[in-house]
Amino acid sequence: MHPTSEADLAEAIATAKGALRIQGGATRDIGAPVIGTPLSTEAMDGIVEYEPGALTLVARAGTPLAQIEAALAAEGQRLPFEPMDHRPVLGTTGTPTIGGVVAANVSGPRRVQVGACRDFLLGARFVDGAGRVLKNGGRVMKNVTGYDLVKLMAGSFGTLGVITEVSFKVLPIPETQVTLAFSGHDPARAVATMAAALSSPFEVSGAAWVQGQTLLRLEGMERSVAYRVGALAQRLQPFGQADHIQGTAANTLWQTIRDAGALVGCETLWRVSLKPSDAPAFLAAVDPEQQLKCQIDWGGGLIWLGAQTAENAANTHARLRAEIATLGGHVTMLKAPTALRTSLAVFQPEPPATAALARALRHRFDPKAILNPGLMG
Amino acid sequence: MEMPAPNPAVLALKPRLVARLQEVLAPDAVIHDEAETRAYECDALTAYRCPPLCAVLPSTTQQVSDVLRICHEMGVPVVPRGSGTSLAGGALPTADSVILGVARMNDVLEVDYDNRFVRVQSGRTNLSVTGAVEADGFFYAPDPSSQLACAISGNIAMNSGGAHCLKYGVTTNNLLGVTLVLMDGTVLELGGAHMDAPGLDFLGVICGSEGQLGVVTEATLRILPKPEGARPVLMGYDSNEVAGQVVSDIIKAGVLPVAIEFMDRPCIRATEAFAKAGYPDCEALLIVEVEGSADEIDEQLALITAIARRHNPVELREAADEEQARRIWLGRKSAFGAMGQINDYMCLDGTIPVSQLPYVLRRIGEMSKDYGLGVGNVFHAGDGNMHPLILFDANKPGDLELCEAFGADILRLCVEVGGCLTGEHGVGIEKRDLMVDQFAPDDLDIQMAVKDVFDPKWLLNPAKVFPLAASEPRRQAQIAAE
Repeated sequence: MHPTSEADLAEAIATAKGALRIQGGATRDIGAPVIGTPLSTEAMDGIVEYEPGALTLVARAGTPLAQIEAALAAEGQRLPFEPMDHRPVLGTTGTPTIGGVVAANVSGPRRVQVGACRDFLLGARFVDGAGRVLKNGGRVMKNVTGYDLVKLMAGSFGTLGVITEVSFKVLPIPETQVTLAFSGHDPARAVATMAAALSSPFEVSGAAWVQGQTLLRLEGMERSVAYRVGALAQRLQPFGQADHIQGTAANTLWQTIRDAGALVGCETLWRVSLKPSDAPAFLAAVDPEQQLKCQIDWGGGLIWLGAQTAENAANTHARLRAEIATLGGHVTMLKAPTALRTSLAVFQPEPPATAALARALRHRFDPKAILNPGLMG
Repeated sequence: MEMPAPNPAVLALKPRLVARLQEVLAPDAVIHDEAETRAYECDALTAYRCPPLCAVLPSTTQQVSDVLRICHEMGVPVVPRGSGTSLAGGALPTADSVILGVARMNDVLEVDYDNRFVRVQSGRTNLSVTGAVEADGFFYAPDPSSQLACAISGNIAMNSGGAHCLKYGVTTNNLLGVTLVLMDGTVLELGGAHMDAPGLDFLGVICGSEGQLGVVTEATLRILPKPEGARPVLMGYDSNEVAGQVVSDIIKAGVLPVAIEFMDRPCIRATEAFAKAGYPDCEALLIVEVEGSADEIDEQLALITAIARRHNPVELREAADEEQARRIWLGRKSAFGAMGQINDYMCLDGTIPVSQLPYVLRRIGEMSKDYGLGVGNVFHAGDGNMHPLILFDANKPGDLELCEAFGADILRLCVEVGGCLTGEHGVGIEKRDLMVDQFAPDDLDIQMAVKDVFDPKWLLNPAKVFPLAASEPRRQAQIAAE
């Protein structure tokens, strides 16, 4: 099904007899596999409204992300949360849509400084499982009118409703960026370096560790960045001497980090969200022999782990879940063969009381249980 | 403002309820004497008052859970209360409700600079959260005007903002986790020191739910390293249109000031008479503040003042030192007090798309003449969050009602131009009946469905947020089912 309007979509859902597999550009095949009739939002596309002077943009869910980024760039603006492109690492094809970004609450390295996709989402229109067209939030930056269901829709993977339109707060693209690169760091040293950097007033907008390098990004106006690069390097002297990466090389570098480039080609993939300072201990516990591919982002708060094959994946999965249970945080199995994603819990199981609320809420939004049923567990 | 009639069956329960509450709380934590419950009869929306059945002041999450479980069992409504500074009547009791105040829960539980968060009990005041970390160079970003008094619990309930949210966001963007007690006494942990919530974003729904889904007893808040410095610049213009254009041009130029504040002529005159900050007598005044090292501030202000000059300001004043910066902010910070000197006032909180600013100000001016009530505008221009202050005389019969009608018209105007009823104060009882102007019946129904899930008996903070015509049938059905 390819509805071209909200009304068509509402009709399709209201009359649906069985499960629907909701997708945008189908580039983010995340969660337990869903068996159902595919329903794509791709034909509901187009930027509805863009006010650069108000830093707000409204677009239909099927609008290609690239089209939105190009329109913003033409005005020197961007989506601040730096949404990742899942295609390289998941091995998918297709065209990422803005609705998909929201449904999966996709954020990139800048999340550590400015917040996630859900933090910039101002409003959403969606069709619930009964076929009702609903709206929440709006297109203004400050809005506390009624309950915030906009946050609820972000990251709900189409299980509460099919998103038809979203509005965002956007921000200016800074004049320039410079990245400080420290070499020869292990995760413990990297996380300590990143904590020192993020606790400084120098506004670090990216803090990642990949292949032994700790990378710290500074963005802003020319003079300001020059000053902060010097001041930060000075403060971080105990952690070593830093190289400077800038221009296109820096852009490419952060795009690779954003897209978990170090893990491309892995057959199984996990995403671990935890307290940043717990990252080194977590890694030491779950992968003492360093057999998994690894990338750290968000100053330690996000760990990517991958294995070339799916062999032992169930054991690794159990080990990650057991360790995170002692520390707090959560583990998502982002990529694995279909059989594993069916038999293992892809998303971190929730405590019973929270799970009961989630079940009850889903029932209210999707009484026929037809919207991506079972995807989130 | 209509409130539901108190349930006589609940009123009759008072002696037994008080006895049960006394079993789980310290003797001085259950306030039931009629003279003493008066202290809880209203919040900062003082036009509406109603003493509660009783008030409780628990000290721990366990006690909150006990109180809620007892009230749940007995079918007694509960109104959560932080510091009682709501301008929307968010903590207004009903005669058959228990006020649950978190004022005694104000400890700092954990400070973690490596991971940049602080965990506090929810009764702690906003400013004292920053107070707990500022000696080490950190601060908590959301800064509502009432920050000296308002509690984190209320900030979370209303998703409070402040002057600096253009850069730092509002409460929801700075909240990492909460301990939440449901109406039946169940204790939940949502979020925590990690950055993303697994599963559905319940934390995002709790923030801004006006105490209707659960009682937050502890909160994990993001703290930020303090910038090296900050400096404001003041600019005055002959017209609101031009000032609005300046705001837009600054934003489009790629600098992100930490605050852009706007005052119109009536407000400038009132504050000048009161605070004598030396503001120019002009149509529109902007205060723009930037942050960073001295050099970075110079760089940003050079760009901003160049834009300001292109639009022929009647005044352009850069703060050269701390004292001048203080004077620039003095008038803005005294604005509410100054208006209060003239008369009683009602403070509105609608948000509009920034591009609609000149039109909306003109319309408010016209309506002011029609209603015969004065109005001053002071607001956060960067994000379009307006605060029209309507002047009225509380002692003059009919003036409050006239003022409320004027306010409702302004808020409808905000919705009409693409904005919303409330940007940071919350709906409470104040804007409850205007919700139908912003939301279709189904949009309200899906919000109330969330309430059904978290609080099936509709006992928490009754008669707020939703129009009574929409919420009362749901609540009465629950009472009838008891």
